Amino acid sequence: MKLEPSVRDAVLAAIPRLRAFGISLTGNVDRADDLVQETLARALANINSFEPGTNMQAWLFTILRNLFRSEYRKRRREVEDAEGRYAETLVTQPEQTSQLEYKEMRVALAKLPDDQREALILVGASGFSYEEAAAICGCAVGTIKSRVNRARNRLAAELAIESPEDLGPDSQVRAVVAPKGR
Amino acid sequence: MKPKPGKPGSAMQFGGSSQTAQPAGKLDKEVQTKIGQQLRAMYDEVVRQGVPDRFAELLRKFEQPDTKPNGDGDPKP
Repeated sequence: MKLEPSVRDAVLAAIPRLRAFGISLTGNVDRADDLVQETLARALANINSFEPGTNMQAWLFTILRNLFRSEYRKRRREVEDAEGRYAETLVTQPEQTSQLEYKEMRVALAKLPDDQREALILVGASGFSYEEAAAICGCAVGTIKSRVNRARNRLAAELAIESPEDLGPDSQVRAVVAPKGR
Repeated sequence: MKPKPGKPGSAMQFGGSSQTAQPAGKLDKEVQTKIGQQLRAMYDEVVRQGVPDRFAELLRKFEQPDTKPNGDGDPKP
C-alpha cells in the first residue's frame, strides 16, 4: 500500500524519538526496538485511522505507550523481579561516553513506577506539553503534572545519594558495607 | 568509638541537624536542573542515531510488499 509522502515522512521523522521513548521506558535497547517495530506495524495497519493534520508523533507515542503497558504488565508478572534486580539488568549503550552517568539515571528511572516514568520522559525529555502528555497517557492534565513532580522528587532523592558530598550519615553505612582496608 | 545506637533514626538527633540549615531550595533547584539536563542528554543521544535500517526497511516493505531485493532469479534489466 502506498503511503502519502507526507505521512511516510512524518512516520520516518518520528522514529528516532519513538526509539528514545521506548529505551527510556524499557531501559533496554533490544526490547525498545521490538516495541518500536510492533508500534510501526500496528500504526501502518491502521494508518487510515490517522487524521491528517494531527500530530503523527503523538499518535505513534500513544500506540507505543499502550503496547508497552499491556506487554509489560504480562512480563512483570512473569519475571516477578525485585526492582533493584531488574535495574541491574538494564542494558546501556556501549558507545556512550558518559555511560556511567546515564547508567545511574537509567537505574533510577527504572525504579520509578511506570506512570511516573512515562510522564517524566514525555514532558522532561520528549518535549511534549502537559496537555499532549495527558492525551498520550489518557489521563487528566493535573494528573500528569503531579506524576512529573513526584518523579522528579524521587529521581532527585535517588541520584543525590550517589554523589559523595551529599552523603551524611550514609557514609558510615557505606564504609561498613564496603570495607576497603582489609 | 561509640557503639551504634540501637534505634534507627536516633542517630539523626545526635547530628545537630538544626545547625546545618542549608539553602535546601537552591540545592533542590540545582539537582532538578541537572536531572533535566541528563534526561534530555540521554534521550537526545538516541535521537541522534537516526532511523535504523530495520525500520526504514519495514516502511519500504509495507509500501511495496511484492519487491524482493534478493529474490529468486530476479532478472536484471
